[in-house]
Amino acid sequence: MSSTEVSTIEELANKEYKFGFVTDIEAESLPIGLNEETIKKLSSIKGEPEFMLEWRLKAYRHWLTLTEPHWANVHYPKINYQAISYYSAPKKKPQLNSLDELDPELRKTFEKLGISLDEQKRLSGVAVDAVFDSVSVATTFREKLSELGIIFCSFSEAVKNHPDLVKKYLGSVVPHTDNFFASLNSAVFSDGSFVYIPKGVRCPMELSTYFRMNAANTGQFERTLIIADEGAYVSYLEGCTAPQRDENQLHAAVVELIALDNAQIKYSTVQNWYAGDKDGKGGIYNFVTKRGACRGVNSKISWTQVETGSAITWKYPSCILQGDNSIGEFYSVAVTNNLQQADTGTKMIHLGRNTRSTIISKGISAGRSNNSYRGQVKVARRAENARNFSQCDSLLLGDKCGAHTFPYLEINNPSAQVEHEATTSKIGEDQIFYLNQRGISTEDAIGLIVNGYCKEVFKELPMEFAVEAQKLLSISLEGSVG
Amino acid sequence: MLEIKNLHVKVEGKEILKGINLTVNAGEVHAIMGPNGSGKSTLAQTLAGKTEYEVTNGEALFEGKNLLDLSPEVRAREGVFLAFQYPIELPGVSNTNLLKTALNEIRKYRGLEAIDTMEFLSMIKSKMKLVELEQSLLSRAVNEGFSGGEKKRNEIFQMAVLEPKLAILDETDSGLDIDALRIVANGVNKLKTKDNATIVVTHYQRLLDYIIPDFVHVLYKGKIVMSGGKELALELEDKGYDWVKEDIPQV
Ligand SMILES: Nc1ncnc2c1ncn2[C@@H]1O[C@H](COP(=O)(O)OP(=O)(O)O)[C@@H](O)[C@H]1O
Ligand SMILES: [Mg+2]
Repeated sequence: MSSTEVSTIEELANKEYKFGFVTDIEAESLPIGLNEETIKKLSSIKGEPEFMLEWRLKAYRHWLTLTEPHWANVHYPKINYQAISYYSAPKKKPQLNSLDELDPELRKTFEKLGISLDEQKRLSGVAVDAVFDSVSVATTFREKLSELGIIFCSFSEAVKNHPDLVKKYLGSVVPHTDNFFASLNSAVFSDGSFVYIPKGVRCPMELSTYFRMNAANTGQFERTLIIADEGAYVSYLEGCTAPQRDENQLHAAVVELIALDNAQIKYSTVQNWYAGDKDGKGGIYNFVTKRGACRGVNSKISWTQVETGSAITWKYPSCILQGDNSIGEFYSVAVTNNLQQADTGTKMIHLGRNTRSTIISKGISAGRSNNSYRGQVKVARRAENARNFSQCDSLLLGDKCGAHTFPYLEINNPSAQVEHEATTSKIGEDQIFYLNQRGISTEDAIGLIVNGYCKEVFKELPMEFAVEAQKLLSISLEGSVG
Repeated sequence: MLEIKNLHVKVEGKEILKGINLTVNAGEVHAIMGPNGSGKSTLAQTLAGKTEYEVTNGEALFEGKNLLDLSPEVRAREGVFLAFQYPIELPGVSNTNLLKTALNEIRKYRGLEAIDTMEFLSMIKSKMKLVELEQSLLSRAVNEGFSGGEKKRNEIFQMAVLEPKLAILDETDSGLDIDALRIVANGVNKLKTKDNATIVVTHYQRLLDYIIPDFVHVLYKGKIVMSGGKELALELEDKGYDWVKEDIPQV
């Protein structure tokens, strides 16, 4: 990059910064298309320091050399990356005057989820009064955390206020060269969350979506970075469990977790993005790269995910077990119905000694959907006494859907103990009839059976999340049998 | 309460029930006996609404309503309970969860509020004592890993919680040792009121030493070939089913 270019950018960056972040972005949005210019503009609109722009450009240049992967067991029409706008100011949703104007289908779903009226209004864009003010909630919340030295803010804020932490850890787990979608994300990510838990601090609350609601419209290329310093603990909840529709078809997020010595990160996701209509039209493509590094000794990272939405899901939350005695866990429920496709699983990379990993995957397919589990367990040569237990269960509802399991093992140390169990089952007519005979409708019977089947995963979720996940599961399987 | 008229049922194209007539009134206990394969379970499952059982003729009225027009869950909510000959395992579904869901569905159907959780828990604990079941079975998955006897007792426990008007017990005695048999029979007897009725389906007369029937019917090759009082059971015990077969050469 020439020096004049750099200074222009600096100028721009400073200028934007002076004008203030929030007001500026409301006015700005980028035309469709992707090239170095758009990335520079994006970075300057966001008022980023130079290291950030450099990093984006590096990623972009690498991305140009890559071709889209097609090994996942999913199929979709070609995505035209030049037809996407890589930055748009947060959109105002159409304002409704009252909930009566809301799509009755959406309303029914809200009711089933037990979402409060205020919340319903907020989610559907009905003008709300001062009763629900998410900004003030977020602020009080953040003050409490900062007393403990915890940093919990948007990624953009972190770039500005904690550049050293960002510089040190960004891309250290998912490098900008990692894969097609991760490179794209690195080049154009819009915003996301940043968490830092200092040494010895146990985060006293589940970090969840409160303040992220503000950033809900910038979710297309999200970037999340969570660092638990030595001896720290944090439980992070991702996702909005309300059925928000979203006009962005492609979502390519990156999540990086770093656990230092004796630290623990628990990351839970309940994802129910729009899956498209019965014919699969209009649904979201979710191509996300999630990876955690257990960098320190005795560190632990657990991923728990409940995936019910999206037209296509391509997702493998993984753990790199570098520290001796570190632990990686993956608990997953992936539900597909109608024409949904999911290709999900995990990678457990054992590098340190006495490292342990557990994989519990529950795939549920209904309709004409396809559900694949893809899991890799790799034990490096120096990883003495590595242990892995994997259990991959598939449940089929009906006979037009598919379930596939692709386990990959790569064991380079003879002391490793690796166990893999897999089952495929169907909900029996007899089970449904038994529950019918106790007064329970077929739909509720399926809900009970499926929730029972997923119990091992749900018990890993924080209580409130688990309840919502159960409801979601029943809703997403509605009409799938009988 | 229940009135079955000329009921014909086919399974996989084969006629199994060939014209059943049976009337059961509130407060009565009826025993249906018969050799294996005579159609006892078919009758029980047909009344509960299992779809494989195709009714080709006849009707069944339950409190004046045409039972055969109702879905299985509505029959259950109306007050028909079947204790299964082979109780089904439901991995991951706890006994408590099943019972609470079922009870609330039944209550909703009858216009009642969902039961308070504390009230529910103390109620099920007292009902467990009726069949001397271990409390640990409450949190376990329904019938999964239960012994044969526990499964049968669990069926009667569910019946105690759901308080049906008409309970059909399909071979609840089979596979039980004498102690378990006494426990189960005791439970059933304690649940008996003047407003409910029980149909006890059994192969052996043994159970009827403990649950005293008002009427005994012998089902043979899809027809009720004999009906009588409780002494009929004893006579059967004495003479065996061959006696029935000889006596009814035309079927
Ligand atoms: N689901 C079914 N499919 C095929 N045949 C059946 C089925 N259920 C019952 N039958 C047949 O119907 C007859 C009566 O069976 P069942 O009602 O179970 O007798 P019981 O309970 O008196 O021993 C038997 O010949 C049995 O093989
Ligand atoms: Mg039978």
